[in-house]
Amino acid sequence: MLETKDILETINMIDNENLDVRTITMGISLIDCIDSDIDKACDKIYDKICRYAKDLVKTGEDITREYGIPIINKRISVTPISIIAGVCQTQKILKFAKALDRAADTLGVNFIGGYSALVEKGFAAGDYALIESIPEALSVTEKVCSSVNIGSTKAGLNMDAVRMMGKAVVDSAKLTADRNCIGAAKLVTFCNAVQDNPFMAGAFHGVGEADCVINVGVSGPGVVRAALEKANCKDITEVADLVKKTAFKITRMGQLVAKQASQRLSVPFGIVDLSLAPTPAVGDSVAHILEEMGLEICGCHGTTAALALLNDAVKKGGVMASSHVGGLSGAFIPVSEDHGMINAVKQGALDITKLEAMTAVCSVGLDMLVIPGDVTPETVSAIIADEAAIGMVNSKTTAVRVIPAIGRKAGDELNFGGLLGAGPVMPLRKGSAEKFINLGGRLPAPLQSLKN
Amino acid sequence: MKAVITVLGKDSVGILSKVSTACAEVGVNIIEVTQSVLQDMFAMIMLADIGGATVAFDQLQKNLEKVGEDNNLKIHVMHEDIFNSMHKI
Repeated sequence: MLETKDILETINMIDNENLDVRTITMGISLIDCIDSDIDKACDKIYDKICRYAKDLVKTGEDITREYGIPIINKRISVTPISIIAGVCQTQKILKFAKALDRAADTLGVNFIGGYSALVEKGFAAGDYALIESIPEALSVTEKVCSSVNIGSTKAGLNMDAVRMMGKAVVDSAKLTADRNCIGAAKLVTFCNAVQDNPFMAGAFHGVGEADCVINVGVSGPGVVRAALEKANCKDITEVADLVKKTAFKITRMGQLVAKQASQRLSVPFGIVDLSLAPTPAVGDSVAHILEEMGLEICGCHGTTAALALLNDAVKKGGVMASSHVGGLSGAFIPVSEDHGMINAVKQGALDITKLEAMTAVCSVGLDMLVIPGDVTPETVSAIIADEAAIGMVNSKTTAVRVIPAIGRKAGDELNFGGLLGAGPVMPLRKGSAEKFINLGGRLPAPLQSLKN
Repeated sequence: MKAVITVLGKDSVGILSKVSTACAEVGVNIIEVTQSVLQDMFAMIMLADIGGATVAFDQLQKNLEKVGEDNNLKIHVMHEDIFNSMHKI
């Protein structure tokens, strides 16, 4: 029997606390679209995506209506394009980006991810060309997202790729300077990238995945914050327990949506990603959860510990609620998408160094940071190297998505609108790492014993 | 299929009758009703069998939303599974 208080709690979560399913992402393998004739390959890609995902948006809308759960995004992830492009005339690689964009437009999905390359240990055919084409690809398409994996705990860091990505980030911002540098917001550089991530901009469909799967990303920072506010916990164990219980409920909703979507689309269910993903909406902020735990402002001393607790408790609560958990699962800390983070930056409480420390315990990494437009590619590479090193040594996924605000300096603001939000331009640290970055080569994989 | 209909708002005369009339008109069978009035806030929850409904689910939602708007109430119609999955192991 259903209880009144449970029903009202669910309705309150949806109506007042911004509970939603952030995304249903259909992962589609493009391995069978490989063709040495690039035009044929592009046609096969367009046809396959449109055939497989033709009912994706409608199914999402149907589930939203019947269950009353808002499903914000419907997205597609595909096999890293560099693998598909390997046999083609790679000077025309942009055609792939355009084919993906066309498919996304036809289907009405929000984003399509997978203009990607996996180069943690070295470059294979197609990888170089793909990375070099990223800035233009992101500028001439609207819905295509790109990601590159430049390191892993097992392989170390590919510092040549790190150098290339610094340039790719800066050029992506420059080419889209007239559109708030949006290109850089669609580009993620990973260490230890996961193959089943449903969240953009870093989603791609790994080569070990099935032909087609449904992955669901939940959300709900507002619900966690409201639960903490109401409970008035007496000690930190109670806080952790409450976060776990709330994460359980949020994830159960995600599991229900995933199961329904997978049944209705006749596509196997992949994973639920248990992420707390903030939005710029007031009350939907990860920073505010940390503040609810007793921090005066996000970024003050104690923030890393509070975030570590949150990240861990979300996973513990969510794992039991879903039959398969994967993706990035944890707490995201994208600055421009989080009302509380933006406020903390404006107040001077949160800077890039504190964020870097936080990324050692959060689910991903430096995300949606707006940095001064005159930043050099080498400095962006150095930011990527630092962040990747944290991921590599700690056996976790880390990522960098920074947006050089072309023509703007520290203290100005860049406004993307929508879910991407608006971010104050954050100052960087002094000094140049140019020589270090230009050394190139491979940074060796870390020792997995003698852990201190 | 069963749906949970929740009605929230300021108490007034005839809420139960208006909502149940809207349900009956389209063949929705109300199985259970619980309601509480706290001061002048009204909360009613109905479990309804919509298997025999003569209209589609989204039309039923629209009908009841209209009743809600006309009477200054917030009415939700949701599949019961969302509550089962969130609150039961």
